Amino acid sequence: MLTPLASLRTGLELRLTADARAWLHLALSEASGAGEDGPGGGLPPWERHFVTAGRRCHATEQQPGPSPDPVDTVDAVDAARVLILHAAAPGADAVAALYRRGSAGERRAVLLALPHLDPPPATEAALGLVEDALRTNDTRLVAAALGPYAAAHLDAHQWRHGVLKCLFTGVPLAAVAGLEHRAAGDGELARMLEDYARERTAAGRAVPEDLEHALRLARFDEPPARPARRPHPQDRTEGSES
Amino acid sequence: MPSPIRRIFDPHIHMTSRTTDDYAAMYDAGVRALVEPSFWLGQPRTSPASFYDYFDGLLGWEPFRAAQYGIAHHCTLALNPKEANDPRCLPVLDELPRYLLKDGVVAVGEIGYDSMTPAEDTALAAQLQLARTHELPALVHTPHRDKAAGLARTLDVLRESGLPPAFVVLDHLNETTVGPAADSGCWLGFSIYPDTKMDPDRMVRILRVHGTERVLVNSAADWGRSDPLKTAHVADAMLAAGFEEDDVDQVLWRNPVAFYGQSGRLRLDATGPETQLFEGNSILRGGE
Repeated sequence: MLTPLASLRTGLELRLTADARAWLHLALSEASGAGEDGPGGGLPPWERHFVTAGRRCHATEQQPGPSPDPVDTVDAVDAARVLILHAAAPGADAVAALYRRGSAGERRAVLLALPHLDPPPATEAALGLVEDALRTNDTRLVAAALGPYAAAHLDAHQWRHGVLKCLFTGVPLAAVAGLEHRAAGDGELARMLEDYARERTAAGRAVPEDLEHALRLARFDEPPARPARRPHPQDRTEGSES
Repeated sequence: MPSPIRRIFDPHIHMTSRTTDDYAAMYDAGVRALVEPSFWLGQPRTSPASFYDYFDGLLGWEPFRAAQYGIAHHCTLALNPKEANDPRCLPVLDELPRYLLKDGVVAVGEIGYDSMTPAEDTALAAQLQLARTHELPALVHTPHRDKAAGLARTLDVLRESGLPPAFVVLDHLNETTVGPAADSGCWLGFSIYPDTKMDPDRMVRILRVHGTERVLVNSAADWGRSDPLKTAHVADAMLAAGFEEDDVDQVLWRNPVAFYGQSGRLRLDATGPETQLFEGNSILRGGE
């Protein structure tokens, strides 16, 4: 069975143009020899590849630009950046610097890479990045922040607020890794969800379907009989704003 | 109503200062892509970190906002001429190289002159070299005060820089500066404002004399009295004056695409807002 990263690489290579594939091979090869400074003491070559992936990593099919769907896991550029980061295996400080100095796309890739990094980043530093992303209102960052790393490490209070923020900003709860496990029997999460549902109802607005799903989990109700996939955006009611 | 084929690329607009209503109105008027140059925010900055947060916004939050309204957002980054005069801000020049690598950056700008000081000379020359080394075009602001003399000095510095004229747009031109600017071989930028700079009818008269080649028309809308729909108003004025739809498309779409396309970093495949409803909601609510 392939590791998640091997699957990611295989899936990515199949989607790339020949030029982009050649670029990816070069980038990964240079990332494996990471640590060398670039010419003139500039960025190391692998970091340049990480930064410029958006204009080098072209998929064969027409890409719809930055995916509007934060649950659409990783697009080709995200995948390339995660693979480069994994191959470069930077230290914790370098990972934090990449995030801090990154564009939104680069920051998203750092968040997506957190559970795959070897050596694993220092937990406190990595959680600092997750928490930073959860303070934004950029739904692609919020969704990436609530991946497997947050599922494993984020404290209960922040994780609950992350779930609630998804409901507020319209990020489908399918983006929240480990939802079933972490929400199960969480009475405080149930209270927060019920309060939010009450607030929506009082305002005459629809309660997001995802809220009901999470609430069932938190209350230990019947196993959910809903698909993990979020409804199509156009299926949402006018009142389902964040 | 805009014609169904109308598509507008605003090559210079400061969306950080605009509302989501503006994004929606721009989309309705045909705007599908824009470039947001970094500039002065009205309140002078006092530290480099203030610039970096601003640059991060132009590479993060603002493209995210624009995408929710079906508009592709790009930016140009630089230390602007006004703040190049404050020594506290100069370290920005040392950090620019790593920012200029970013995917959303399609030019160095706005650079140029404000008060034509020695500090502005230095910052302009240094950033023209950054444009060369990063193979990026340059967006050059011509000064509002003493404009003709400022343009002459700008052209001298450009010649010394070695940056090809095809990689330079001279912005905020008017009737008095368009001639020498056109002779330089640079692209010609015009900012259309409600009551300063240019207006749509004057723009049309310039287009009649100089033609539609190498001309970029922008709203330069910001936190001052300005209108993000001025590009559409120029399109209307062009048609009313007898220009063809193809001329409008050239000036308001193909020309900016050709100019900024020299960066190799334009992404014009943003999808419409109808497919991004749930993201739009996070903005429509006004944020948390």
